[in-house]
Formats: sequence, structure tokens, C-alpha cells
Amino acid sequence: MNKSELLKEQVQRNSGVNVLKCMRCGKCSATCPNYDVMEYHPHQFVNMVENNQVELLMKSESLYMCLTCFACVERCPRGVEPGKLVEAIRLEAVRIKENNHLKPDQIVKKLTDKMPQQAIVTAFRKYTK
Amino acid sequence: MQKIGVFVCHCGTNISATVDVAKVAETLAKEPGVIYSTDYQFMCSLAGQNLIIDKIKELDLTGVVICSCSPRMHELTFRKAADKAGLNGFLLEMANIREQDAWVHKDREEATLKAVALGRAAIAKVALNEALIPGESKVTKRALVIGAGIAGMQAALDIADAGFSVDLVDIEPTIGGLMTQVDKTFPTLDCASCILTPKMVDVQQHELINLMTFCEVEKVEGYIGNFIATIKKKARYVDPDACTGCGLCTQKCPTKNVLNSFNLNLDNRSAIYIPFPQAVPLVAIIDAAHCKKLQEGKCGVCAAVCAPKAIHYDDCDKLVENKYGAIVVATGFNPIEVHAFNEFAYDQSPNVITSLEYERLMSATGPNGGTVLRPSDKKHPKTIVFQQCVGSRDTTSRGKTYCSGICCMYTAKHAMLTREKYPDTDVYVFYTDIRTPGKGFDEFHRRAVEQYGVHYIKGSIGKVVPMSNGNLKVQASDLLMQRQLHIEADLVVLAAAMEPDKSAKHLAQQLTASMDNDGWFTESHPKLRPVESPTAGVFLAGACQGPKDIPSTVAQAGAAASKAIILLIKDKLKGNPCVAHSAENMCNGCGACANVCPYSAITYVEKEFRMPDRTTLIRRVASVNPAVCQGCGACTVACPSGAMDIFGFSNKQIMGEVDAICQ
Ligand SMILES: Cc1cc2nc3c(=O)[nH]c(=O)nc-3n(C[C@H](O)[C@H](O)[C@H](O)COP(=O)(O)OP(=O)(O)OC[C@H]3O[C@@H](n4cnc5c(N)ncnc54)[C@H](O)[C@@H]3O)c2cc1C
Ligand code: SF4
Ligand code: SF4
Ligand code: SF4
Ligand code: SF4
Repeated sequence: MNKSELLKEQVQRNSGVNVLKCMRCGKCSATCPNYDVMEYHPHQFVNMVENNQVELLMKSESLYMCLTCFACVERCPRGVEPGKLVEAIRLEAVRIKENNHLKPDQIVKKLTDKMPQQAIVTAFRKYTK
Repeated sequence: MQKIGVFVCHCGTNISATVDVAKVAETLAKEPGVIYSTDYQFMCSLAGQNLIIDKIKELDLTGVVICSCSPRMHELTFRKAADKAGLNGFLLEMANIREQDAWVHKDREEATLKAVALGRAAIAKVALNEALIPGESKVTKRALVIGAGIAGMQAALDIADAGFSVDLVDIEPTIGGLMTQVDKTFPTLDCASCILTPKMVDVQQHELINLMTFCEVEKVEGYIGNFIATIKKKARYVDPDACTGCGLCTQKCPTKNVLNSFNLNLDNRSAIYIPFPQAVPLVAIIDAAHCKKLQEGKCGVCAAVCAPKAIHYDDCDKLVENKYGAIVVATGFNPIEVHAFNEFAYDQSPNVITSLEYERLMSATGPNGGTVLRPSDKKHPKTIVFQQCVGSRDTTSRGKTYCSGICCMYTAKHAMLTREKYPDTDVYVFYTDIRTPGKGFDEFHRRAVEQYGVHYIKGSIGKVVPMSNGNLKVQASDLLMQRQLHIEADLVVLAAAMEPDKSAKHLAQQLTASMDNDGWFTESHPKLRPVESPTAGVFLAGACQGPKDIPSTVAQAGAAASKAIILLIKDKLKGNPCVAHSAENMCNGCGACANVCPYSAITYVEKEFRMPDRTTLIRRVASVNPAVCQGCGACTVACPSGAMDIFGFSNKQIMGEVDAICQ
């Protein structure tokens, strides 16, 4: 297995998504509220993973444009759950060593009185390895 | 003394490629009781059968074992050959060394060993076999057809034309089924009523067809050739023989705000009503739930205006019982409810409708006399969006996993007819795939695209948002253009998945006819016996067996009718002699067997027994009706005292086989 294939395995395992279940109906991309600002759309996430292109997705801003609203997860007629796949790839991207999208020393500058503690914890969970 | 002959078949190379057939014949020749053993290329061929016949006669064989294919394939062939030679066919056994051996193994040595073991078991069994004579039963020369859509009507007409009486039952007040609600029909676009109503009249006028509308089959007992059905005639409150269908009562009835189910609730009707002007029988019926007289005791207007005095408020359900030789099931299908698909806002806006509702909007007998107007404000729609596959090909709890088969075609029809009638209307169709495998079907769909300019878009609607002016904001994907579309539409039409009629389940239980997980009736063999149910004497016609269009429905109905005729034309049927029987002196009447019998073949009788001390004792013992018993064997397993046994498959014979295999 080469690296691309390994990544495909990994994101499918982490998300619990089987990309082969997709029947290309496009319902996910039809329902996605953030479609217009995303470079790759939910159905493309599914199809690109199927075609070993996880690395391309990991570099795309689309990972952070997804609202995790899970509208696509809710509506997909085949139970593919594209939103979970997006999340697994996002995790893959932020887990690359030394590639934290949020570092502890940046936090101090960003802190305001109004920011709830929970937001910081969540941000670390989402954007750091 | 046993004189058993063994015949090992090569089945071309089907068996001989994996099994050393000569060796099998040679080894089995040494089994006790075997006096002749050979192998041959095709045992089922005429030459093969003659070989069996000659050897039975020549060697005066008392039993025959054929090592070949599954008994489902050729048991009857070989039994007939034995009978011809003067040996009772039930003194012949088959060892299945094809499906259960050659086809499932690769190792020649092991497969040969297994063939020998299977052969041994059959030899051990045949040594214990007894000659059996099948009983005979009479055939009632009358058919019951359940469901009077196009399938049931066609089947009834064919059976009646062959000279047999038919009772045609429908749960609705009129015959015709779903086709009565369809406007025009693909692929030729002829009007559904024009092809359907003459057939409805033929059915009504056929002297051998007895129409039973607004009736329900409550109970079915009996077996092939001799079914007994209890049918409930539901209260109609109108005497169908007296009513002339003049319609005066429906005009005078003061309760006019009842939702009209024939038009899928798109308009209203009165409490006493005639389903539609071409209904057969053309007879009024009172909707009891909404009739003031029946609910509150006051009104009675309809009875007062009815000249032939056809209305009887004291009418009640009646049960009738009839005998039939054959049953055809034709209960059809319906679109699913689409409420669960809330992204389409079906419950939020009257302008989101199903395809069947669209048929009514287009139909001359529909709520607007055939002018397509959107339900909210009766405005002429300028933009119509169709969505295919709603609830079909859906593996979630909301939908059905299968393709409903007809919706690609009827959506193309809807789109085409709309563009033809209203060229100023923009029509979009969102599809996952286009499935048009029928004759002339793909050409039909292409015409919608190429001649009628329907916008077919590979993609899906994601969300419909109703606006205060009645318009609908449609958000959808266009996968080939890689964009999201936002369309402001007047009407959204959903091609809902099809499902079997809900009442079919109860019916299947009564008929002991099997259904698949989705509730479609299952056929006896998906390729070779497509119109027979696994329950003997029950045949399947039309959409109750799976989604289909009118051409396939009519073809299947004709096939089911011919199968029913083949049965009805016989005077007597040979039964299966391999039925259960209980050894009365061992049976203690515990009731375990009747509890497990799926065909209700077992009853208990009081019998007198002479005791050793010359007294008599009256005991309850099991008694099997051999005409009803299907020989499934459930009772023999359930019987705690070992009293129940099956002819041809006795416990002793089966143990003999097991011992032979474990040798
Ligand atoms: C929107 C739409 C458009 C269509 N357009 C076309 C078209 O253009 N061309 C085409 O070829 N096909 C079309 N079809 C398909 C067509 O309607 C079917 O092929 C046809 O109706 C099947 O006939 P059927 O007799 O098997 O079933 P049905 O028409 O469903 O008839 C079944 C009958 O059985 C009765 N019944 C049900 N349960 C019981 C019971 N327990 N006891 C007694 N009676 C019972 C029902 O009342 C009904 O009368 C369309 C279908 C839909 C939904
Ligand atoms: S909704 Fe599901 S099946 Fe349809 S394209 Fe998206 S992931 Fe594939
Ligand atoms: S979860 Fe992400 S990809 Fe899915 S619909 Fe929401 S925003 Fe779009
Ligand atoms: S019930 Fe009487 S009034 Fe009504 S349609 Fe029949 S005949 Fe006419
Ligand atoms: S026939 Fe066409 S619209 Fe209907 S379920 Fe199949 S693919 Fe979908």
C-alpha cells in the first residue's frame, strides 16, 4: 500500500465512512449550506477519497469551510455520511507533526474576557494534533 | 431380498470433471443389497432412462438409486421412468452429487469420497422405502382474483374467456386500480381512461365474471384445487342492484367538504359519492365517517331524493364463503408517503406535490378539469421542478432500497406533456440515473430532452423553502456543471417510491404465500416460475410482485391466468403422498404438532383403544388431513413421543441415511 492508499484507509476507518456506498446522487452537495465558498464539495470529498486523493483534500481550504452542520450526513440516501469524512480528513491534516493550526503561544494574544473557556478547549481539539 | 440398482451420471462433464464416476459406481456395487451398478454420460436422456427401465425389468430390481443432480431437477423424470418399468416411483432415490458435491468442491479425491458417501446414504434409504400411491383430489372449477387493477382485470378476463367462473374482488368501491388516476400513459401517450374504461366495461359485462367491489378477503383455508375463502362485503349503504348511478344524491348531499381521495385530496366531494364518472360499477357509496345520518342520526336527504330507493342506512358488513380451485393475487402497489423527506417541504407547502398528484392535476377528470394550476392560488405555473428517486434507492430508514422502476419514465412523460401543453413553462428534472430499459423507452426520454427542451440535470434537490407568495426556493446540485443551483419554482413534483399495498400482508398470511422483506409477493423461481407463488395454486399478477409498468403488468397477468387455467382444466389433482401420519398407539394427544403446523393440517380426534385387560379407553390423538399436509416435517420434530412420521421420510429412513454417511 502506498501513502495515498494508506491515507484513504485511515480516513475511512476514522470516520466509519465506506465511500463505495455513494451512488453519486449529489444530495449532499445540494443540501450543503456553504457550497459556494468550498473548493471541493461534499460529494467530491467522497469521490476523491475513493480515488486516493486525500492529500489534495488535506491541502484545501474547504476543510475549514465545512460548518460541520451535518446536513449532508442527515440527508444522504445511502448513509454515506460525507460530513464525517470531512472531519476525519481535517483531523488528518491537523495531526501532521509541527503543523498545528493553533499553538498555545498564539492563544495569549487572542484571549479576550468574553471568550468562553470551552471555546479554547474546542479549538485545541479541532485544530491541533 | 433387496435387489438395488445404482446409476451414476456424468452430467456431461458437470459431475465427471470433479468426481471419478467410474470409481463411485464400482465402490457402490459392493454395498449390501446392490446387485447392479454402472455409470453413464446423461442419465436423464432418453437412452439413460431406457437403461434404467431395461435394468429394472431385466434384473427385477426392488429399488433404484440415481447419483446425479438435485431431485428438484429430475426426480419426477426418473420416477416416471421407474413407474413405466413397473417399479413404484417412490422406490427410487436420488443422491445429489452435482449441486452438493461436484459444483462445490475442487479436490477430485475428496469429491469422489463424498459422492460415495451420498450414494451410500441413498442406498440405505431406498432399502427402507415403501411403495406410495398419491391420493387424488377434485378441482373446484372457479377462480378467485384478488385486486381489480389492470392486472386483476386482465387475469379475470382471460380465465373467464377460457370458460371458467371468476370472482373478482377489490377492496375499493370501483375496479381499475391505479390506472384510473393516471392521465396519459408512456411510451405511446394514449390516454389511460381510453384504454382502461372499455376493459372495465368488458369485465362488468362478462357473464362468467362476478364483480365483488368494496370487499375484502378475510380468511383463506384449504389447498390447491380446493380453497375456501371468506370474503367480507363491506357496508356500502347503497344497494348496487337498485342504484342507477344517476348521481342526484351526490348533488343533494349537504356534506360537501370531504377530502376526495380519488383526486388525492386536491379537492372535495360529498359524503355520498361516486368515485369518478367512469367507475365500475357506477354505483354510489356512503362514506360512513362523514355521513350526518350515520354519525348523528339526522339528514337522510339522499334517501329522500333517490327514486329507485337504493339507499339503506341500516346496511352492514356481510361475510360470504366460497370455494375456488385457483387464486390469482393482483393487489398492486402505491406511492409511499413522503412526509419523512422534510427537506422537500411537502407538509409545508401545497405546491409541493407527488407525481400521482400531478397526474390528477393534468387529468381531464381531475380537480381543474385538466388545466395544470398550482394548488395554493390556482396560478398557472411557470417553473416546475421534478425530483426523481424520492425514497427509492435509499438505504436509510426513510426509504426503500430498490429502484421503483417506473418513475424515470413517468417523470419524462410529465415533463414532456407539460412542455407540450405549456411551452412557456420551464421544466427541470433532477435525476441520479435515467433508467429506461423498455422497448422505445429511451427514445421517449430523449424526446423529452431533445424535442421538448426539458432541462435534465444530473444532481438533486437539497432543500425547498416555501415563500409567502407561494413560490418555492429550490436549492439543488448540478453535478456535471459543478455548481449549486437556486431556482424559484411554482411547483415541485416528487417521484415517490412505490410500495406494495398495505393490505397485502394480511392476505399473504391467509394464503401462506411468501413475501420479501419489502412486502412484495415472492415468486416460486425468479427466472423459471415468475408468476407462481411458492404456495401451490396461488398465482401472482402485476405490481404486487414488484414495481412494474402497464405493459409488463398485462403480460404477467396473462401468464398468471394461463397457469390458473392449466390448473382449472384438470378434473383431479394428484396429491403428494409424502405426508405426515401419527402412530395412534404412541400419540398422547399433547397438541405439540398442531401448534407448529404452518398449514393447519392437524386436528385431534377422540379414539377408542382396546386395552390389554379388555377394557376400552377413549383417548385424544392427532389426525393429519393428507390433502392439506405439505410434508414439511415440522410436526415430526415437535412430537415428543416419536409418534409423528412422514411417508417417504420416516425417522427410520433418515437415521438409516445418517448411519450410512457416518460409516
Ligand atoms: C404516477 C404514476 C404514473 C404512472 N404512469 C404510467 C404510464 O404512463 N405508463 C405505464 O405503463 N405505467 C404507468 N404507471 C404504472 C401503472 O400504474 C402500473 O403498472 C399499474 O397500475 C399496475 O397495475 P396492477 O393491477 O398490478 O396494480 P394496481 O393498479 O395498483 O391495482 C391493484 C388493485 O388491487 C386492489 N387491492 C389492493 N389490495 C387489495 C386487497 N387486499 N384486496 C382486494 N383488492 C385489493 C386495489 O384497490 C387496486 O384496485 C404509473 C404509476 C404511477 C404511480
Ligand atoms: S448524498 Fe450520499 S450517495 Fe449522494 S452523492 Fe452525497 S455521499 Fe454520495
Ligand atoms: S457538514 Fe460540511 S460538507 Fe456537509 S453539508 Fe454541512 S457544511 Fe456542507
Ligand atoms: S343512490 Fe339513488 S340517487 Fe344516488 S346515484 Fe344511486 S340511484 Fe341515484
Ligand atoms: S425508475 Fe428512475 S426515478 Fe425511479 S427509482 Fe429508479 S432510477 Fe429513480
